[in-house]
Amino acid sequence: MTDAENTAGHMPAHASENTAETRREFLNEVAAAALGIAGLGSVVVTYQYLAPNVLFEPPTSFQAGNPDLYPLSSVTFIEQQQVYIVRTVQGFYAVSAVCTHLGCITQWKPEVNQIACPCHGSKFTMEGTKIEGPAPAPLPHFAISLTPGGELLVDKLEIVPANQSLKV
Amino acid sequence: MATTSPVSGTLERLRGTRVWRSIFRRGPAQTNRTRSLAIFGSLFLHFLPVKVREKSLRIRASYYLGSVSFLLFVILAVTGVMLMFYYHPAVPDAYRDMKDLRFVVSNGVFLRNLHRLAAQLMVLAVFWHMFHVFYRGGYKPPHEFNWVVGVILLIVTLFLSYTGYLLPWDQLAFWAITVGTNILSAMPFIGKRVRFMSLGGNNVGANALLRFYVLHCVVLPLIAVLLIAVHFWRVQKDGGLTLRDENGRAEK
Repeated sequence: MTDAENTAGHMPAHASENTAETRREFLNEVAAAALGIAGLGSVVVTYQYLAPNVLFEPPTSFQAGNPDLYPLSSVTFIEQQQVYIVRTVQGFYAVSAVCTHLGCITQWKPEVNQIACPCHGSKFTMEGTKIEGPAPAPLPHFAISLTPGGELLVDKLEIVPANQSLKV
Repeated sequence: MATTSPVSGTLERLRGTRVWRSIFRRGPAQTNRTRSLAIFGSLFLHFLPVKVREKSLRIRASYYLGSVSFLLFVILAVTGVMLMFYYHPAVPDAYRDMKDLRFVVSNGVFLRNLHRLAAQLMVLAVFWHMFHVFYRGGYKPPHEFNWVVGVILLIVTLFLSYTGYLLPWDQLAFWAITVGTNILSAMPFIGKRVRFMSLGGNNVGANALLRFYVLHCVVLPLIAVLLIAVHFWRVQKDGGLTLRDENGRAEK
């Protein structure tokens, strides 16, 4: 049925004054709503699809061996985990080696007792406190504990205050 | 045609064949009308203008910067497809394939360098094109829509450049993407999530390489082709280039 037939044949003359919704308008709204819901739904499921559920990344907590492996007053870089294990007179702590500026891997410079970032020149103390450079924050400390077997265990998901250290 | 050389005679006969007529639908473009019809009747030409003013063909009118950008895009598409025949977007194949392209595959180093050079030139050409259009006032009515399309095309070009940067899978690529995606994560509230989604994980790894590959080779080129088509078509619909008279004022 075309518009012309509709107006000429079936619609009463006063229909244009009537504010009630026509069938066409109603169906258009239903169709728009259905399309909107379907569109929104496909955005949501696509987002879910694109967010991976299983990751094959290095585990976030790791064992760092027997405490005796680390000499007193030493900074040891665990390359695979990008963490420094520091042993001082107070005990052990674990500092992130990932620069807080833009994620480059820092290096321990024993000759100046500093942690330095090769990308943009940020410098940190062995406690992770910022000395200079564009880094906005100190290097975070990770929780460190002992396994029942007496090995050091570092959990990179748990960030602890910088003044904590593990006595062994 | 007064003189009939062997070449034009052959062309003439070719144009009379049934196959030619079935493809091009019209006779030879010898009058203004048939020339116009030849443009209108072609999918590839119909969004280009049938006629242009002589002024807009002068080098100073545009420096052909848009055409240069488009030419570079075509070079990049062709060389990019060629590179895809040897490149696996996986760890550790990607780096090895890039090395193979440089040292083992015949003419691989030529294609790879052409792709890299054209990519860098395209970023330059698109920027230059934008500056030129801006100084000409090409963003003013009735060109606002096409200006916005152009700005989006600039962003698409930059994303193409950035996603391609990871594909060699060398140290430079790895750290550039590490730094770049950490800049993304500085966005308030959604930054960490955007970084996670664009890398497909928490660090630059195999998922990130595959994501950047798909974006670089499929998603972004498709968007670019679509927007380039709209961009060309709107130049014609909006009345051609923004020209200037002798006093440097924009012409109507």
